[in-house]
Amino acid sequence: MIYFDNSATTRPYKEVLDSFIKVSSEFFGNPSSLHGLGVQAEKLLTQARSQVASLLAVKQNEIYFTSGGTESNNLAIKGTAMLPKNMGKHLILSSVEHPSVRGTMEQLKKLGFDITYLPSDKNGRVNVEDVQSSIRKDTILVSIMYVNNEVGTIQPIAEIGKLLKQYPTILFHVDAVQAVGKIPLNLNEYGVDLSSFSAHKFHGLKGTGALFIREGVRLDPLLSGGNQEWKIRSGTENVAGAVAMAKALRMTIEKSELGLEKMTKVKTLLREGLSKIEGLTINTPLESSAPHILNFSISGVKAEVLIHTLEQKGIYLSTTSACSSKKQLPSETLLAMGVPDDLADSAFRISLSYDNNEDEAKKVIVAIDEAAKQLRKVMK
Amino acid sequence: MNYDRILIRYGEISTKGRNRKKFVDKLRKSVRIALAPFPKIKIRAERDRMYVMLNGENVQDTLNALKNIFGIQSLSPAIRVERDIEQMKEAALSLVRSLYKEGQTFKISPKRSDKTFELDTSGINHTFGGHILQNIPGIKVDVKNPDINLKIEVLTDSIYMSCENILGAGGLPVGSSGKAMLMLSGGIDSPVAGYLTMKRGVEIEAVHFFSPPYTSERSKEKVIDLAKKLAEIFGSMKLHIVPFTTIQQTIKEQIPENYSMTTTRRFMLRITDEIRRKQEALAIITGDNLGQVASQTLESMYAINEVTNTPILRPLLTMDKNDIIKIAKDIDTYDISIRPFEDCCTIFVPSSPKTKPKREKVQHYESFHDFDTIIQEAVEKTETLTIKPDTKQITEEFEDLF
Repeated sequence: MIYFDNSATTRPYKEVLDSFIKVSSEFFGNPSSLHGLGVQAEKLLTQARSQVASLLAVKQNEIYFTSGGTESNNLAIKGTAMLPKNMGKHLILSSVEHPSVRGTMEQLKKLGFDITYLPSDKNGRVNVEDVQSSIRKDTILVSIMYVNNEVGTIQPIAEIGKLLKQYPTILFHVDAVQAVGKIPLNLNEYGVDLSSFSAHKFHGLKGTGALFIREGVRLDPLLSGGNQEWKIRSGTENVAGAVAMAKALRMTIEKSELGLEKMTKVKTLLREGLSKIEGLTINTPLESSAPHILNFSISGVKAEVLIHTLEQKGIYLSTTSACSSKKQLPSETLLAMGVPDDLADSAFRISLSYDNNEDEAKKVIVAIDEAAKQLRKVMK
Repeated sequence: MNYDRILIRYGEISTKGRNRKKFVDKLRKSVRIALAPFPKIKIRAERDRMYVMLNGENVQDTLNALKNIFGIQSLSPAIRVERDIEQMKEAALSLVRSLYKEGQTFKISPKRSDKTFELDTSGINHTFGGHILQNIPGIKVDVKNPDINLKIEVLTDSIYMSCENILGAGGLPVGSSGKAMLMLSGGIDSPVAGYLTMKRGVEIEAVHFFSPPYTSERSKEKVIDLAKKLAEIFGSMKLHIVPFTTIQQTIKEQIPENYSMTTTRRFMLRITDEIRRKQEALAIITGDNLGQVASQTLESMYAINEVTNTPILRPLLTMDKNDIIKIAKDIDTYDISIRPFEDCCTIFVPSSPKTKPKREKVQHYESFHDFDTIIQEAVEKTETLTIKPDTKQITEEFEDLF
């Protein structure tokens, strides 16, 4: 099997599963309980939090465990908008955001908030000047993803952060779900106030994630209840999931030290090999894109058919993002980048992990070439 | 070019005449403990300064570990260069280049201790400033408010260059002023009192009174966590946990309610003093803050202090609560202290304790029962833990889980 769909989800590391099982079976106490089992569970949760914080170079009290990227994005955006004393009604996002950001914003729009979509250039990148010109007196939040999940474009987070430092009342939310462990992430230097993470994108488990909330930033909680996570996220803590996430993050970051070079080689090999295939266009920009994502379109080939053809050979990749591929709509990101409808409609995404290698890349290039030729013959 | 050493400037030690060697030795010990996680490091202590040779260890991590050590006035990551103008030029340029961000300014601050060096200070300014201006397009000189201040120190045997001057924690090296016992309750004040005393060079051992089942394992855990924070300063700290249940129950039975707090405090002090004697310490530190609660009025102190003539140090006595909280936050003990668990002082607190207890009365009430035996028993059953700081953040029990 060649698994090239790591931006959809990754396979959990065995060591991560071991931790999850051990914590679930041996340290099953509720961290809020007063007795020894509770104390143990709380200790584990604290250690998970401090490990995640130190790996992300932030403070321990700035990490809040959630159920994943979608919840983190919802909490960051709605939590800012719904804060009772927040008088501002204007929020800014890029036109290439993940559906959990876009959808949240659209929901707020129905409640009377004003939303500005920033345009993207042909590389899927927003322009810092556009951010500046969109800012109004009542702007409360700017939400920009770090790495686009469909094409892998890296957004100019450092520059936008620098700009927003001049506007202390505007919070800066960065969806870093695809970035963590793949490109340098320096939340303090960039002036980021809120940042979302999802464990299953770095070999942790589904249903676990985190939101970084800068010390001093206040949010209105989405979930009310037992006031866990400093009242920001009620609900009995998923201790085993948090421990597993801390381990997955450590292993991923450790692997990135040696693995990044190899990953970049694999991506370059794929890029060069695939671009020789007739009718194939690479959508991922050459410069400033994440090392693990490569998006391309093949004209005249129906995306879904090619995916299934490759699957028969044990090769797994996806049509655009997993979230939107079932809807069978052309990718919003690609359309925002100005890719023509028919090409946006036949887009594919390869997404790598540190475990993929050059041999796999070579096999995939050959397989895609053969499949494309064969399908074109049939469909003509 | 990478920094190869960190230069440590001593604070008040420099003024300590004949004791200097002792102070430098204590500081060296503190530095060695704080840098234990970095095995490749070598420390060289000289009369006026100390050098930490990095030998490939990470500069930032090392600096962070040094920032909290008492007795350090300031720190600079530095490189050592040969006395060769061309080599110096290259080093100066690469140092500034590594820090430079577009639009920034710089200046050069030469210090020429060795007057035989071929360039004088303005010559140093010219030669190296010029080289930097030529090679980094866009950089400007600003002698008043530079973004980058390149220090070039010319000593007889070598030349050091550094760009950053980081403020140290100040104070005196821990252990240079003897040892004292800290009464550590779990509240906000006592860790701060311990910290401030350590800052004046005093090594501390903590004493905590534990009353199970009235106080939970969690309150003990909390005190251990506080001790871990304080242990970061000296690498380790002893924590004496005194079983206090029997004494508190007996006090409740024997002493009128409004005097029970005074007696409790007197017994705590007696027990601490007994442990102090065994541990050969010279003073007792408390978090007392004048007028904050009933036990901290002058009348109370007068009645409580009677049981010993060991010096009682009360570093917080005159401070405002807000200032104490600020320090607690700075040293990361605040969040631990506000965890909502009962400690031995809060659980038995009478509804209306005497704010102006009389010595004679408390002596009178205590005279009806043989408390000496249970006090002695508590001292004997005291459990002593050696607390290490949480450098690894993971306790060994859970190590394989993370």
